[in-house]
Amino acid sequence: MSERKPGWKQIPRGGLILEAGNAAQYLTGDWRSLRPVWDPEACSHCLFCWVYCPDAAILVAEGKMKGINLDFCKGCGICANQCPRTGALTMVTEGSVTAQAGS
Amino acid sequence: MSRAQQNRVAITGNEAVALAMKQVEPDVVAAYPITPQTDIVQYFSSFVADGEVQTEFVTVESEHSAMSACVGAAAAGARAMTATSANGLALMWEVLYIAAGLRLPIVMPVVNRALSAPINIHCDHSDSMGARDSGWIQLYSEDAQEAYDNILQAVRIGEHPDVLLPVMVCLDGFIISHSLENLKVLDKEQVTAFVGDYRPDARLLDAKRPITVGALELQDFYFEHKRQEAEAMVRSAPIIEAVADEYARLTGRKYSFFEAYRMDDAEVAVMVLNSAAGTARAVVDQLRRRGVRAGLLKLRVFRPFPGAALAEALAGLSVVGIMDRAEGLSAAGGPLFVEVRSALLGRPRHPLVLNHIYGLGGRDVGPDQIEQVFADLLRAAEAGEARQQVTHIGVRD
Ligand code: SF4
Ligand code: SF4
Repeated sequence: MSERKPGWKQIPRGGLILEAGNAAQYLTGDWRSLRPVWDPEACSHCLFCWVYCPDAAILVAEGKMKGINLDFCKGCGICANQCPRTGALTMVTEGSVTAQAGS
Repeated sequence: MSRAQQNRVAITGNEAVALAMKQVEPDVVAAYPITPQTDIVQYFSSFVADGEVQTEFVTVESEHSAMSACVGAAAAGARAMTATSANGLALMWEVLYIAAGLRLPIVMPVVNRALSAPINIHCDHSDSMGARDSGWIQLYSEDAQEAYDNILQAVRIGEHPDVLLPVMVCLDGFIISHSLENLKVLDKEQVTAFVGDYRPDARLLDAKRPITVGALELQDFYFEHKRQEAEAMVRSAPIIEAVADEYARLTGRKYSFFEAYRMDDAEVAVMVLNSAAGTARAVVDQLRRRGVRAGLLKLRVFRPFPGAALAEALAGLSVVGIMDRAEGLSAAGGPLFVEVRSALLGRPRHPLVLNHIYGLGGRDVGPDQIEQVFADLLRAAEAGEARQQVTHIGVRD
C-alpha cells in the first residue's frame, strides 16, 4: 500500500463509487486488534462459526471448516463465542501473532 | 435568446416562490410546513392535488426527513426541492452537510425567521446565517420578484456540472413572504426551456451503471473530497454570473453578486441583505437630497462570498456600516460584518468598518433606524475612528 493514492482532481465527485462490487478490494481486516486462531484438532465442523460470522470470513469447503480469511476478519470474536468446542477457536491479540511471525 | 413576454401578477412572496417551483416542476418535493414558509408547501401541495404538476410530493414527518428524502431523490437522479424556515432548517442540519458533501443540487427556499429561544416566528437571518458553512450556495432576495428570479437561477447554478452544489434562496419571513407584490413572471414553457433537464452523469437509478453513494471515507480520502467541494464553491462564482447574464437576456432583470446603489462617489454606505435594502435605498435618496454622499451595497450572494469584488466596491468609502440581521453571538460582531471586514484586511486602503445589528425577531426596521446608522457612520468619518465597533440598534436599553 505504498503507492500514492489519487489526488482530489482524479477521484469521482462527492465520494461516489462508480465501479460496482469493489467492496471486495477493501480489506476490512486490516484494523483488527484480536484474531481468532483455529485448532483443526478440536473442531467438530459444526459450522456455527460460519453461520454467525458477520463478515463471511469463515472459509468452508465441502461442508468442512477450512480456516479464517484474515483479509476480512475484523476480530469481533463472535465465532469464538459461539463455538461449542473448547479450544477450537481462541481469540489472541494481533500483537502476539505479528510479533512471532509477521502478518 | 430573445426577450420573453412576461405576465404581471400581484402575489405574495410565498406565492411567488410556489409559482417558481410549479414552473420548474421538479421530480420530487419533500417538505414539512413551518411558519412562515407554510404557504409555499400548501400551495405546492394544491398544484399536486389538482394535477397541475407531475411532481412526486412526499409528505414527511419532519424537516430532517424532508432533506433526507431530497438527498435520496437527488442521488437517484431526480430534480428535488424543499422549503423551510428557522427551526425547520435547524432540524435539517446534519443532512444539509450531506446534501452538499454528496454534491446534490437540491434547491431550497428558506423563508428567514428567528431561531428559538425565545420562540419567535418573525424575520431575522439567524437561521440561514447559521447554515452558512454547510456547503450550500446562498442567494438572498430583497423582494418577491427577486425570490422568484433567484429560484429559477438557483436550479441552473446548482445543477451546472462545474458546481453540483445545493442552493438556498433566502427571503424575509412575513415582510416578503406574506406581502402582496406586483411582479413579472415568465410562462411555464419559458421556465422549462430556461432550466432545462437535470441529467447527472451518475445516479442511483441507472441500473446499467450501478454506483455507490455515501460510502465511508476515513483519513485516506475524506480530505480530498472536501477539497473538491471547496473548489466547487469557488467555481460556482463564474457560473452564477453566466446564469444571471442569460436570465437578464430573457427577462431584462440583471442580477449579480451585489447591487451597488449610488456608490460611485459615496463617502459612507451601509450594507444589507434582503428586504431592508428597499428601506435603505429610500434613506440613501433622502440623504443624497441633503447633500450627504451616502450609498448602499445590497448583497445577493453570500455563498460563495464575493470578498475581492466587495473589497473593490467598498474601497473608496471612509466608513461602511455592515448591518447584520443576525447576532453572531461570537462576541466579535455579526456574521456579515466578520466576513466583510476580513475581505478588506490586507488591502492598501480600506474604510473603517462598523457593525450594526438590527431587526432581530422581526423587530421592525424603519428609515429612522437606518438614518441612525448613517449618523453613526458620519460621526466616525469625521472623527476618523469609531466610538464603538458593534452596535445593536432598535433595542431598548
Ligand atoms: S472474529 Fe468475527 S469477523 Fe473474525 S472470523 Fe470470527 S466472527 Fe468472523
Ligand atoms: S464453531 Fe467451532 S467447532 Fe464449529 S466449525 Fe467453527 S471452529 Fe469448528
